[in-house]
Amino acid sequence: MTISLIAQLALYFVILIAAGFPLGLYMARVYQGEKTFLDPLLAPLEHWMYRLFGIRPTDEMNWKTYALAMLVFNVLGFAVVYALQRVQGFLPLNPQALGAVSPDSSFNTAISFASNTNWQGYGGETTMSYLTQMLGMTVQNFVSAATGMAVLAAFIRGLVRHNSNTLGNFWTDLTRTVLYILLPLSIVLAVLLVSQGVVQTLTPYATAHLLEPTTDANGAAVTTQIIALGPAASQIAIKQLGTNGGGFFNVNSSHPFENATPLSNFFEMLSILLIPAALCFTFGKMVNDMRQGWALLITMLVVLIAFVGLTMLAEQNGNPAFTPLGIDQSATNLQGGGNMEGKEVRFGIPNSALWSIATTAASNGSVNSMHDSYMPLGGFSQLVMMQLGEVIFGGVGSGLYGLLVFVILAVFIAGLMVGRTPEYLGKKIEIYEMKMASLLILIMPIIVLGFAALAVVNDLALTSRLNPGAHGFSEILYAFSSTGNNNGSAFAGLVANTFFYNTLGGIAMWIARYWLAIPTLALAGSLARKKKVPESAGTLPTHSPLFVGWLIAVVLIVGALNFLPALALGPVVEQLMLR
Amino acid sequence: MYQRALVDSFRKLDPRWMARNPVMFVVEVGSVLTTLLFIQALFGAGEAPTGFIGAVALWLWFTVLFANFSEALAEGRGKAQADSLRAARRDTQAKKLQEPKYGAPFTLTPSGQLRRGDVFLVEAGELVPADGEVIQGVASVNESAVTGESAPVIREAGGDRSAVTGGTLILSDWLVVRVTANPGEGFLERMIAMVEGAKRHKTPNEIALNILLAAFTIIFLIVCITLLPFSIYAVNANNAGTPVTITVLIALLVCLIPTTIGGLLPAIGIAGMDRLIRRNVIALSGRAVEAAGDVDVLLLDKTGTITLGNRQAVEFIPVGTADERALAQAAQLSSLADETPEGRSIVVLAKEKYNLRGRAHSEGMQFVPFTAQTRMSGVNFNGTEIRKGAPDTMMQYISGNGNGVGNELHSAVERIARNGGTPLVVAQNGQALGVIHLKDIVKGGINERFAHLRKMGIKTVMITGDNPLTAAAIAAEAGVDDFLAQATPETKLTLIRKYQTGGRLVAMTGDGTNDAPALAQADVAVAMNTGTQPAREAANMIDLDSNPTKLIEIVEIGKQLLMTRGALTTFSIANDIAKYFAIIPAAFATTYPALQALNILGLATPASAILSAVIFNALVIVALIPLALRGVPYRAVGAAQLLRDNLLIYGVGGIIAPFIGIKIIDWILVALRLA
Repeated sequence: MTISLIAQLALYFVILIAAGFPLGLYMARVYQGEKTFLDPLLAPLEHWMYRLFGIRPTDEMNWKTYALAMLVFNVLGFAVVYALQRVQGFLPLNPQALGAVSPDSSFNTAISFASNTNWQGYGGETTMSYLTQMLGMTVQNFVSAATGMAVLAAFIRGLVRHNSNTLGNFWTDLTRTVLYILLPLSIVLAVLLVSQGVVQTLTPYATAHLLEPTTDANGAAVTTQIIALGPAASQIAIKQLGTNGGGFFNVNSSHPFENATPLSNFFEMLSILLIPAALCFTFGKMVNDMRQGWALLITMLVVLIAFVGLTMLAEQNGNPAFTPLGIDQSATNLQGGGNMEGKEVRFGIPNSALWSIATTAASNGSVNSMHDSYMPLGGFSQLVMMQLGEVIFGGVGSGLYGLLVFVILAVFIAGLMVGRTPEYLGKKIEIYEMKMASLLILIMPIIVLGFAALAVVNDLALTSRLNPGAHGFSEILYAFSSTGNNNGSAFAGLVANTFFYNTLGGIAMWIARYWLAIPTLALAGSLARKKKVPESAGTLPTHSPLFVGWLIAVVLIVGALNFLPALALGPVVEQLMLR
Repeated sequence: MYQRALVDSFRKLDPRWMARNPVMFVVEVGSVLTTLLFIQALFGAGEAPTGFIGAVALWLWFTVLFANFSEALAEGRGKAQADSLRAARRDTQAKKLQEPKYGAPFTLTPSGQLRRGDVFLVEAGELVPADGEVIQGVASVNESAVTGESAPVIREAGGDRSAVTGGTLILSDWLVVRVTANPGEGFLERMIAMVEGAKRHKTPNEIALNILLAAFTIIFLIVCITLLPFSIYAVNANNAGTPVTITVLIALLVCLIPTTIGGLLPAIGIAGMDRLIRRNVIALSGRAVEAAGDVDVLLLDKTGTITLGNRQAVEFIPVGTADERALAQAAQLSSLADETPEGRSIVVLAKEKYNLRGRAHSEGMQFVPFTAQTRMSGVNFNGTEIRKGAPDTMMQYISGNGNGVGNELHSAVERIARNGGTPLVVAQNGQALGVIHLKDIVKGGINERFAHLRKMGIKTVMITGDNPLTAAAIAAEAGVDDFLAQATPETKLTLIRKYQTGGRLVAMTGDGTNDAPALAQADVAVAMNTGTQPAREAANMIDLDSNPTKLIEIVEIGKQLLMTRGALTTFSIANDIAKYFAIIPAAFATTYPALQALNILGLATPASAILSAVIFNALVIVALIPLALRGVPYRAVGAAQLLRDNLLIYGVGGIIAPFIGIKIIDWILVALRLA
């Protein structure tokens, strides 16, 4: 059992790094405007698009223009998704004749998909038409991911360039990200998924005749079952790759048509972390020091693996409340054992636990098991992964620039300890940088804790809970940790499609995405203007194991200490009361 | 000093003063709130036992006072020095001259009315009334009021020793001085302001750190505020206990926010300046002290810093038919009237090596002094003409007399130069006798010092007027990384600019007027107090001892200042872990007794746990005052090792120390039956 468990984990991470390394170097070429092997195919398309939209790809933008372009583009995306949901009843490709989505839910969903959160207050197959799914959700899956990666590219340029006012061109970065990175990867993954039985069709939902007829709650006979279908594989590919996470079906990747086999599960799990991991190598390549990229990747891996381990252990140990009832939860040749509530048998504990931590760490938010049913320590781990600020892998692009802000904090304190004013990659960390970095670490706890506090004293909000007590608190805390960090996964157990959660959650997602991206770009702009300090023996090394350890400590202390009191009242006390 | 600091720490409770320090301001607000809650409790409507609220309030006030005390104590040291300086700044009657020359009529004017450009006369026994530049005269001056050094110094017109400071005492002769600073702007006044810290502005790095600390404070404020609704929810959901009290929330807040570094931060900055002052260096801006820690390139004058001030004769090398003894004799004769250390060392060498007695030099000897035009010196007697001087001048002189300059002379000169020596050619009646080898003596231990600097990542560059050959040899012997030979003010300036363009920070020392442009360009510029007024104005630090080697110490002090800030920040944040374990189970003991499992310290009661954490938080400030004032010890090792050592001491130590401290305080509280 343990050997197979460790072997599965090892295989996963080895393949992740082996695939991430070449992808990372390739992405560096994309962002540095160099030739790639896809140029013969894509360059004409790229130039045609520039001509169509009147973009001069060589025009450089300063940070303010870059941020403005990013915002304008995202507001447009928000408007399109909102409008599509409101009028889908009049539009084609709606075989189920689904009506308009409510204003507050449309607002929430539009922000959710524009901000790369993909929190879903709705159930996909019973709410959204095929057109809304394809034109709204899938398009946003691509461009919201590309937005995050573009901001990261600008941030890296801020570190690389010196005495420069500009950070690149947002439109170029966006176009190249979608064309050269996300599209080719999605096509490959979609084909792989279809080969495993994931559906991809525009036909209406199928009707099956039940072999064993049953009765409904009113006692009426039920002889048929409606089976939801749709163009799922194409959306799932980008949902996994772009750390989006919004499922085609309500139960996300635990649905057999969304995630059919252990092999499709492996591909989907791999693609959760693939781009975030590969971007570390992109970073190393672009700053011309691969060691710096490795240091960041190792930081992420260490924290991730520690929490994967904790979750697997907690789940495998099973629920102590079952022991007095004589239920056998031990692993034997006939059963996996452990806490299997809310998990798919075809994935088992290892692949469910790994997915749940990867998806919360990477700001993906897709699930293949129900997080609400995890043991308290499992839920604790998932909460912590989000509350660290989505910097352990995190969203594509946004995770790495988030971690780089923590690096700046770590460098600031550690730099002082070696007797110099702090610097990272030759850039001095001064007053302006600390202002922006402070803003960036401040905003998230304010919205997560603040909104959770609003919810727990609001009677209307409390009726959404499906569990009383400490677990109900965990559900509310999870909802705002997820929206306040653009993760988008749901704990379930909370009826979130209400005016209160739709509105507050929408605001949380909006602040978490854009109020962090703008100071990040400002920080990049300031770094780009600085001169570069040459390295010497007195320079703090930022690639050593010691620095990696220090960075982990800073991420854990700054990220998690803020939430410790709240966690103590949620999963921690749940766990202690179990004993 | 302690008494004054004690009084000051109460005076600093003024909220307008406290608001400058966001972390401690929050603590003060917390103290006021808990005091109000205590008063409420006295009237029987308390949210918790009166004694508990009172104890928390009391210790929160102590926290604020301890922080103020550290700042007051750091300032106190400067104040004592400022008082003695102020004593020197007495109003005197100045002899204001109507014309800028000695002997002109003067009017007696109070020193406070002298303006820039005025000219005054000052004579033996009088105090110099204002800062100025000597334009006439030579005098010995006692500058102990400024430097603390009682040995008199010479001040004279022209050259590099022409600046006088107001408040110093003329011991002999007289000086005519042009005033260079208006009243209130003089050196002494600036020094008083600096050491008193009255005009202390926060330095850039201090501001950046303050921003970070303020951000932490706001985050923890949110953590504590939201804990109240969370706690109300928990009470309702679990139907047990009471919501957490405001007193406990304030106690938790104060324990979590970085009070240790927040409270000690001002003291660290002031103490850093003070360490400089105690080494007799006045920093004219706090920014310069920080920059000193960042310096990557040190420009060091060869003479006085790397080598002993004087070159010494070590060898006589005869050429042609002359023998060594004859050369020694001629060299000695030509140097008898030469009062320079080099000249005297020639006489001494001739005496020791060849037992030649310096003859009395009255017997018709006519000495030819060194002038800038002839660039040689010597003696004429009995029709014999002996000259000595630099090789190129002397070779011209020899060929000018129709004599050949042999290869032998050339090779001797070159050999000495290549070994880092200075060759002096001696000629008799226009014919070359030989060469004197003057050698620079490299200071003992300087090699190791440069090796240390290299480990710290600091590059040393030797600045010298010598030719490249000589410079290279001395540079190799002293172990500097690079050298600038035949340096002029222009080449120095170019060199500094070149390093700065490459992103490096440059530190240098200087004293002459021609150093002023380079000093103004350097990031850390230390002027010698004996230097000229322009040099002192271009610099951002002044070394009262006029010791160029001190630059290295200044760099170390700058690094120490930054390290102390970093170490205490780490310590302060690391402390939070233990405080969580003390306070969280205590705060929710009535609602969730299961949380007692987190009370890993086994603290006696919820009240004693919270009180112990608050008391530890206050006492740790007191315990760290000596460290804040003294600074974290600095060792010249690489950055990687420094980080490892400091993380081990202040990071790991910061995690462990409060566990032990809080437990001990809890024991004491229980033993005294206080909780």
